[in-house]
Amino acid sequence: MNVLAIDTSNYPLSVAVINEQEIVAEVIINIKKNHSIRAMPAVESILKEINMTPADIDRVVVAKGPGSYTGVRIGVTMAKTLAWTLNIPIVGVSSLAALTGPGRHFEGAVCPVFDARRGQAYTALYEYRENVLTTVKEDTNILMSEWLDELANMNKKILFVGQDVSVFWDSIEEKLGDRAIRSSITENYPRASEIGLLGMNAEPENVHDFVPNYIRLAEAEAKWLERQQSGDE
Amino acid sequence: MGEFKMTKDIIILGIETSCDETAAAVIRNGTEILSNVVASQIESHKRFGGVVPEIASRHHVEEVTIVLEEALKKADLTIKDIDAIAVTEGPGLVGALLIGVNAAKAVAFAHGIPLIGVHHIAGHIYANRLMAEMKFPLLSLVVSGGHTELVYMKEHGIFDVIGETRDDAAGEAYDKVARTLGLPYPGGPHIDRLAHEGETTIDLPRAWLEEGSYDFSFSGLKSAVINTLHNAEQRGEEIKAMDLAASFQASVVEVLVTKTIRAVEEYGVKQVLLAGGVAANKGLRYALTQAFDQIKDVELIIPPLHLCTDNAAMIGAAGTVLFEKNRFAGYDLNANPGLELR
Ligand SMILES: [Zn+2]
Repeated sequence: MNVLAIDTSNYPLSVAVINEQEIVAEVIINIKKNHSIRAMPAVESILKEINMTPADIDRVVVAKGPGSYTGVRIGVTMAKTLAWTLNIPIVGVSSLAALTGPGRHFEGAVCPVFDARRGQAYTALYEYRENVLTTVKEDTNILMSEWLDELANMNKKILFVGQDVSVFWDSIEEKLGDRAIRSSITENYPRASEIGLLGMNAEPENVHDFVPNYIRLAEAEAKWLERQQSGDE
Repeated sequence: MGEFKMTKDIIILGIETSCDETAAAVIRNGTEILSNVVASQIESHKRFGGVVPEIASRHHVEEVTIVLEEALKKADLTIKDIDAIAVTEGPGLVGALLIGVNAAKAVAFAHGIPLIGVHHIAGHIYANRLMAEMKFPLLSLVVSGGHTELVYMKEHGIFDVIGETRDDAAGEAYDKVARTLGLPYPGGPHIDRLAHEGETTIDLPRAWLEEGSYDFSFSGLKSAVINTLHNAEQRGEEIKAMDLAASFQASVVEVLVTKTIRAVEEYGVKQVLLAGGVAANKGLRYALTQAFDQIKDVELIIPPLHLCTDNAAMIGAAGTVLFEKNRFAGYDLNANPGLELR
């Protein structure tokens, strides 16, 4: 099975083609350039490089968020439209889970982190149990200080992964001391191959219903709901 | 059997997501609608009193493959029958445009079909070609929520903007005046309806700008309406909303129609095309029809309402002309919220 995997949910872009045995090709691009300009050309060039056509793709797996709203939408729109028009299955994988690869043989939990501004993070806690990625705490949007309090209560080593770990590292170290481990610079990027692997055997989703997992409501909607609720009282 | 010269139909799949409608359509030869599907988000945005860009983008992702599938199904065609994908690349809300652009790229790439980027206003103008063949040179009056423009065309695909708004678009002025009068969003149709019930009893300014200019300005008029209401309130007088609506609409329509007629005479055009969402305005349609009844040898085309508001049929129609000129886009096509019409 040839799986095309795409992640455009944050600053880096990653595209890969993998099958059950191997990574056929993978790119990570980490320069400032709009995903809308480079994502489709990246898919085109990677397929060309490995002598495949879109018709050779059997499944699309995409990072479905959380992350930059616009970034996530670009990947999801490309992926769902490809899946629809090629009539192949689509699977969404957490953009946070995409970063967990470095924790595969780590004795402890893996905590991917995206900066969500104003002291907040998109984060989650995962563990590899017998080589299977397991969710310990679901993807969430939370104040980093609160999140670290939760993690401090767990008596385990935690590997922090992601480019944005640097934003929070001082407070992480302060709260968790030597139970906090920090990934190396080569481990900080979303790997589309990991996304492809996570989605390879997952149950496909209905393509028309496929939407990003933003985690957060749009600001206008949150405010509107607040007004509705205060009006009800 | 090479002696037969076959003229093959050009079938274009159009996609439009520049604001709050997710739309797809299939167009034959730039003139004939095979399908025209629009998923409107207006109900969702009403609660916010206007289009919220982030919400619009979210809805587009939800709808995009659904409208694409429906457009092909209604046209009774498969993707194999499509010669090119035409998509609105701008102007509009950037996050909203991105959904259409990326969906279009995915379909084009998946099947090796040419991709075409279309200017939204070119689309509005070409909605007219779905009604009647264009006769050049022509003039188009484009009036919408974001645009008020007079566009001169000497041939297909070449646009010369001879006048545009210097501040608010006509549709924007309608929405702001509607809000001042406490009318629900979207306000344009409410003003239009009220205007028909009221009388033009209130003296409001007309912004002609400097002599010979085809530009527009509606912010002064909008302020005048707001001031009129305020002053009356302070004096404890009551102003009938319908009279204010009628007077406001009379000012907008008079300026639009007068400048259009002047441009028609100066440029010697054969046709005038009304375009854009405000083209649905009954007051404007009526005034233009009346005016052009008196002008010989100039044909006035006014598209039906569903082709005036945002749709993808118009994008397919405009895209067909670009297809014939081999003006294709690469997979690096981006949303361009400030795209200029040329
Ligand atoms: Zn429009």
